[in-house]
Amino acid sequence: MAKSLGDVVIDIEKCKGCELCIDACPQETLALAPRINQKGYHYAIKVQDNCTGCNNCALICPDAVITVYRKIVK
Amino acid sequence: MGELKLMKGNEALAEAMIRVGCDGYFGYPITPQSEVIEYLSREATPRTGMVILQAESEVASINMIYGAAGAGRRVATTSSSPGISLMQEGLSYIAGAELPCLVVNVVRGGPGLGTIQPSQSDYFQATKGGGHGDYHLIVLAPYNVQEMVDFVKLGFELAEKYRNPVMILADGAMGQMMEKVVLFDQQPRKTEFPEWATTGKPKDKPHRVVTSLFIEPEVMEQVNLRLQAKYREIEQKEVMFQTIDTEDADYIFTGFGLGARIAMKAMEIARSKGIKVGLIRPITVYPFPYSIYKEIAPKIKGILDIELNAGQMIEDVRLAVEGKVPVEFFGRMGGMIPDPESVVEHFEKVFLGGK
Amino acid sequence: MGIQVQEIPINPEIVQDENLLYCKPDTLTPKPFHYCPGCGHSTVHKILMEVVAEMGIQEEIIGVAPVGCSVFAYDYMDVDMQEAAHGRACAVATGIKRMMPDKFVFTYQGDGDLAAIGTAETIHAANRGENILVVFINNAVYGMTSGQMAPTTLPGMVSTTSPFGRDVHTMGYPIKVSELLATLPAVAYVTRQSVHTPGNVRKTKKALQKALEYQKQGLGFCLVEIVSNCPSNWKMTPLESNKFIDDKMIPYYPLGDVKVPEVK
Repeated sequence: MAKSLGDVVIDIEKCKGCELCIDACPQETLALAPRINQKGYHYAIKVQDNCTGCNNCALICPDAVITVYRKIVK
Repeated sequence: MGELKLMKGNEALAEAMIRVGCDGYFGYPITPQSEVIEYLSREATPRTGMVILQAESEVASINMIYGAAGAGRRVATTSSSPGISLMQEGLSYIAGAELPCLVVNVVRGGPGLGTIQPSQSDYFQATKGGGHGDYHLIVLAPYNVQEMVDFVKLGFELAEKYRNPVMILADGAMGQMMEKVVLFDQQPRKTEFPEWATTGKPKDKPHRVVTSLFIEPEVMEQVNLRLQAKYREIEQKEVMFQTIDTEDADYIFTGFGLGARIAMKAMEIARSKGIKVGLIRPITVYPFPYSIYKEIAPKIKGILDIELNAGQMIEDVRLAVEGKVPVEFFGRMGGMIPDPESVVEHFEKVFLGGK
Repeated sequence: MGIQVQEIPINPEIVQDENLLYCKPDTLTPKPFHYCPGCGHSTVHKILMEVVAEMGIQEEIIGVAPVGCSVFAYDYMDVDMQEAAHGRACAVATGIKRMMPDKFVFTYQGDGDLAAIGTAETIHAANRGENILVVFINNAVYGMTSGQMAPTTLPGMVSTTSPFGRDVHTMGYPIKVSELLATLPAVAYVTRQSVHTPGNVRKTKKALQKALEYQKQGLGFCLVEIVSNCPSNWKMTPLESNKFIDDKMIPYYPLGDVKVPEVK
């Protein structure tokens, strides 16, 4: 059975920590970083290695800071 | 020599818009200039493909002009005083975004809904800005139907040269009267558009933005400085006026548009009585021809300013002569037209201690 | 102290160009959005520009920005744009489209711009069937001027100018713009969407694409109303604001197509 492996790259300096991606992620892959970026926002980070590349986080991200990769493995 | 025709001012104006190769006209009917949109609706599109659109208001029509001029097109609107008041917001934005266009005000008496008869009471509004912010329209004041035609062509040339809105400041009489006119030949419509125009982002070049918004005060000041430099250049290069018999004159009659026309007749009457009267007629009321008044002031005994208002241009005339010569006023308001005999009578009273 | 979270590094086997699924479209400029965290405005900017990129019309489209929070839309949308006076976007768009009927033209307007000060321009552009796309962001509040009542503020909803809640007896009812415009015969397509969940973002993007396709076919005026949030002025977190959309906004402003073109 084919399996979908995903990953996300987050432009943390442009992230405003709105948490919409965290809420939208069905895998609970994302969380807010304890650190803040230069603008003073806690930014989104990947905290679990279980991304499926569903793209929900990127779709909902108002600031277009998430780049999504997906690899289908047989 | 172009085609000679007997035409009503408003229709001659409309005909000139077609012949100058206008791309579009957006307007709203208002007396005394509704013939413009009626004539264009009949004539324009079949002849040149010019777009004619009756908008829902003058507020809308001036903003349609903004959009169309921002696309680099040659566009015009016309209205009369109350409608021009509604356009002031749009004109301020057009001046701020530096868009060329032609706006015609066929002035009627005010304030408020006023009257539909001719007046010149929008001089301040036209020449000093009109809307909010530091800006100027280039303002041309026709005194006959021929100039209603010629200033359409001149107006677009100036508008495009300076990226600035141009106003033809006419009045109800100019719009409604019939005179013979020489029409210039049909010019082709433009096929190339300025580099700044929003016609779709050019490949591998930055997108174009038409805006009057510059939120950083440092930038906004620079924009204003650039605008002011442009206005100074216009004041240097584009002043137009007419003088008649000023060489031997002891007195000067002055006025713009219809006021000047009445002054011309009054001047003839005065001359026939042996009074040496000359005439100065500003053709551009912005930029105002201050220098001709300043130059002539030491050589004469007085100036009589004739306007169809409470005395508006007279402030510029007085500014120009710097108190060197008395400047008196004669005018009628509310759509009443002064007759030349009363002008001379008033002149004799104030300057000759007459009857 | 919050919960300890550990950042996981990217997986270089997956993060490869050939596996790229989604990135910010080239039709957006590199400038970071100035909008508040979680604001739907930038989500709509993003998907609108994705549609422009996917349709390959970046060089054939002209946008009109409003006055309101999205007054700087042209700083982000990398297409030719004009900034209109408050409420006049549909008149400006009319001027552009009438001069260049072969180009795509859209306006992007908020509720104050479109449904208060610009009501006449909107209705008459719609009534003339101007072949343009109007993207209408309805977040029930004046955002840029910091939280005053909008024509779309819900009954009872608190704003800085309805501090005791919108009293419909003195302040009127919220205007349902989509339903209002759908009554006009020259209007081709009216839909109300939202961007508060990934699924709704997908649907809204589809609606925007449809509207531009209809414009290409010359079908006339298309309105895509987007029920959106304003976390800052609603005094909510972004997540709370999205819940408010579900709980309060959508019951008053139901999502879905209000008018679709007849299939020929």
